[in-house]
Amino acid sequence: MSEYLVNIEHERLSFFTPAGEVKALNDVSFHIKQGEVLGIVGESGSGKSVTAYSLMGLTAYPGKLLGGTLDFNGHRINDMTEKEFQKMRGNEVSIIFQDPMTSLNPVYTIGNQIREVIRLHTDKSKKEVQERAEELLQLVGINEPKKRLKQYPHELSGGMRQRVMIAIALACEPKLLIADEPTTALDVTIQAQILELMMELKDRLGMAIMMITHDLGVVANMCDHIAVMYAGNIVEYGTTDDIFYNPKHEYTKGLIRSIPRMDSREHERLVPIEGTPVDMLNPPKGCPFASRCDQCMQICLREKAPVMHFGDVHYTSCWMNQKAELEGGSAK
Amino acid sequence: MVKYICKRLGMAVVTIWLVATLTFFLMNMVPGGPFLSEKAVSPKAMEALEAKYGLDKPLFEQYCTYIGDALHGDFGDSLKQRGRTVSSIIASKFPVSARVGGLAVLAAFCVGVPLGCLSAMKRGKVGDNIIIVIATCGIAVPNFVVCTLLMYTFGAKLGWLPTLGLNSWKHYIMPVTALAFYPTAYITRLMRSSMLDVLGQDYMRTARAKGLNQFVSLFKHALRNAILPIITYLGPLLAYTVTGSFIVEKIFTIPGLGGEFIGSITNRDYTVIMGTTIFLATLMILMNVVVDIVYKIVDPRINLK
Amino acid sequence: MKENPNPLSFQARIRPEDFLPASDEEKQNLVVMRESVSFWKDGLRRLLKNKVAMVSLVAVIIIMLFSFVVPSFYPYSYEQQIRGSEHLAPMEYSEEEQARIDAGEKVFPHVFGTDKHGRDYAIRVMMGSRVSLIVGLVAAVIILIIGSLFGSIAAFFGGWVDILMMRIVDIIYTIPDVLLIVLLSFALKAPLETLSTMPGFGWVQTLGRNLISIFIVFALLYWGGMARMVRSQILTLKESEYVTAARALGASNARIIKKHLLTNCIGTLIVTTTLQIPSSIFTESFLSFLGLGVAVPMPSLGSLASDAINGLNTYPYLLFIPAVLISLIILSFNLLGDGLRDAFDPKMKN
Repeated sequence: MSEYLVNIEHERLSFFTPAGEVKALNDVSFHIKQGEVLGIVGESGSGKSVTAYSLMGLTAYPGKLLGGTLDFNGHRINDMTEKEFQKMRGNEVSIIFQDPMTSLNPVYTIGNQIREVIRLHTDKSKKEVQERAEELLQLVGINEPKKRLKQYPHELSGGMRQRVMIAIALACEPKLLIADEPTTALDVTIQAQILELMMELKDRLGMAIMMITHDLGVVANMCDHIAVMYAGNIVEYGTTDDIFYNPKHEYTKGLIRSIPRMDSREHERLVPIEGTPVDMLNPPKGCPFASRCDQCMQICLREKAPVMHFGDVHYTSCWMNQKAELEGGSAK
Repeated sequence: MVKYICKRLGMAVVTIWLVATLTFFLMNMVPGGPFLSEKAVSPKAMEALEAKYGLDKPLFEQYCTYIGDALHGDFGDSLKQRGRTVSSIIASKFPVSARVGGLAVLAAFCVGVPLGCLSAMKRGKVGDNIIIVIATCGIAVPNFVVCTLLMYTFGAKLGWLPTLGLNSWKHYIMPVTALAFYPTAYITRLMRSSMLDVLGQDYMRTARAKGLNQFVSLFKHALRNAILPIITYLGPLLAYTVTGSFIVEKIFTIPGLGGEFIGSITNRDYTVIMGTTIFLATLMILMNVVVDIVYKIVDPRINLK
Repeated sequence: MKENPNPLSFQARIRPEDFLPASDEEKQNLVVMRESVSFWKDGLRRLLKNKVAMVSLVAVIIIMLFSFVVPSFYPYSYEQQIRGSEHLAPMEYSEEEQARIDAGEKVFPHVFGTDKHGRDYAIRVMMGSRVSLIVGLVAAVIILIIGSLFGSIAAFFGGWVDILMMRIVDIIYTIPDVLLIVLLSFALKAPLETLSTMPGFGWVQTLGRNLISIFIVFALLYWGGMARMVRSQILTLKESEYVTAARALGASNARIIKKHLLTNCIGTLIVTTTLQIPSSIFTESFLSFLGLGVAVPMPSLGSLASDAINGLNTYPYLLFIPAVLISLIILSFNLLGDGLRDAFDPKMKN
């Protein structure tokens, strides 16, 4: 087994819609080590969720993997059959979805839905399954598990339901937990609780987490590494410190400028990123961010920037870095 | 739950009473009476007949007598079929219609639901297209056309199936098929669109993400949610179908309640009209209560108040 | 991660002017904005793209031409009984007509043959579909008006008004419709006959009191479904956040109704009305089959089919032609309705 739990290289994926080919992922590469937390940040439609779903073989119709290699826990995802995926899902890799209100089946009890996944991947006896389900609810901080197991999703609050989703995800102690905007649909106070719970469980169970969010604030406290995605590309990748204190891509810089800061002076304004994301049906041939970039240059309109490395992990593709290097070079 | 059912039944009684009242006065407001068509009746004999059935009394008194009797379960005698009570007519005709109608609804459900599911799962593929084309054509063909075409092909031309009466299981095939035709097509379409809706829900993605196979996620997670609109449709459908279809009963000469009802209307057999209307309305309302209860069992979110 | 073997290779290709800032205009050129289209334009575009709906629309138009335009110059009339040409097969001529043809005269063929009274069947079918279409269209409009008024009043007032009005719908739904139709056609017999003798009301006689009572029954009975739908639609809209938002911004009631409620309801209304047409035609053909439809000699597709049943074994085409036509009309309207729904009512779409 390689040193990486997840290793994705040059993944390309498109959705073939009636309106044309939507290139959802263009050459996406990253890896996650055992027990590591990777944050994937980007706005809606940047390809964050598509990346995660493709790893679980959940790419929705009419999406198609066009190239690259995906490895997870010794499996080559590319050539896995649906049967093999079924064995892996919920067992080695689990996912928590964005909206806990709609992610649980309304017509079955919580207990039924938790026990289902335990029975599917283990051969525990009926009693053991029940005990495990209670234990899981306790693990995610739900009191009176016996009573809760008999309740239906609509009888629980949003935060509770997300805890149940986490319980389902952790039922078989997966190696990797994918959290697809797990807190977006929740109240702010509940958000903090859920994130705290996830970190606590990560330390206890030693799993890796892939945290998908559009909220930089969420990833700042949790993640070891961060990938910033824009229009189906990873525009910048690095450790959390790299991204927050030494951002090298104009988009990352824009994102960081748009976070409210506790230490800001009273009347300092937040700087939003103007404009709208690119039309993925007709992606521009240059830098996808060019039209919204304050520093946009002639070359950005024509050509994608090459990848440039800063240290071992930190890399980005933004022409501004080439410009700085050129100027630095000519000054010498 | 018990309280809810009691409340619903109480409301049902009120509705039935309103329906009965409305029917009674509407029927009597219409010029002409049950004995007008019989030419040979002399004015004197007519008076005697009317006196016998109480038709000479003021309308309101007739109404009060009728409702009073009906409350005791006495729906009177038929005005046209000598010596038969309305209750005995319904008791003899309803089981015939109910057998044919019940079988038809069962067939429609058993064929429509799987076809709809299949169509939704194979969305956009050849199978889906074939099913949807057939179902769309199916809801466009009127009942009497289906009946006569069946008669013509299997009865008259091919001679495979008996065309009249209900003496053996073979006799049931054509009327049941004819009655089930439209509901099958309708249920198929309804099931398909409801299933497509459910398949797009987040909890279906959760089911897949748990590692469930297609079979389990379809039968356990999707079906129970997708069947809800079918249940709503099935209630009134069952009430209508078991009380008999006039057309099917006429074409296949089945002695059922549907034919009896239409006959009583054209004959102005007041008591039979009243009796069958109340019977129909009661069945209809009961079915709606049953639907609500079944709905509650299938979908725990429904709060019966 | 793609390794960058030699950063200098870029420098060789890149000129310093490449790093000049791009103007806003140049940046804007990159943004391919999809044309912003209104709800109606967008819906129309989707409808025009829908092949099935377009084919059904063409079918509806052709059927309408045949039922409303062609009869006016067709050489036969629907009530004209041609002696000696009873029960002709399609394209067959009677002896007399054959003789006239032999004499060099031109005789228009009986495309669908003739019926037992020697009436040209093609024109009868055309007139029949005219009646069926009129019933379908008029009934749909009546239902639309009554249903949407009733439903919206119930929804707007709410409270006990709503409860009362919806209970009325329930009761009407429970009374067997055949009963009401028969009773009404009896009840309306006298008043309509008086009406038809009055000047300017001769059309009442032509249409037949049964047909008029069918309209009245539709007006009285079948708006229940429409009323329920409009009511629930308006109730949902009333609760929806954008209406609350509009109200919070100070929009007047009139504006809310015009801008939000109407635009949101109208798609559903159009679709439901279109789908109502085939169901009215269905009911009319059923009633004609019972003998409760239009007055003789005026045909409707239902009465033609019902007349043909007795001679089914000898003259099956007399049944098949109107039966196929009814199915075709209903099918086209259904498919057109489905197409309209997909185009104008995205909420109902799968």
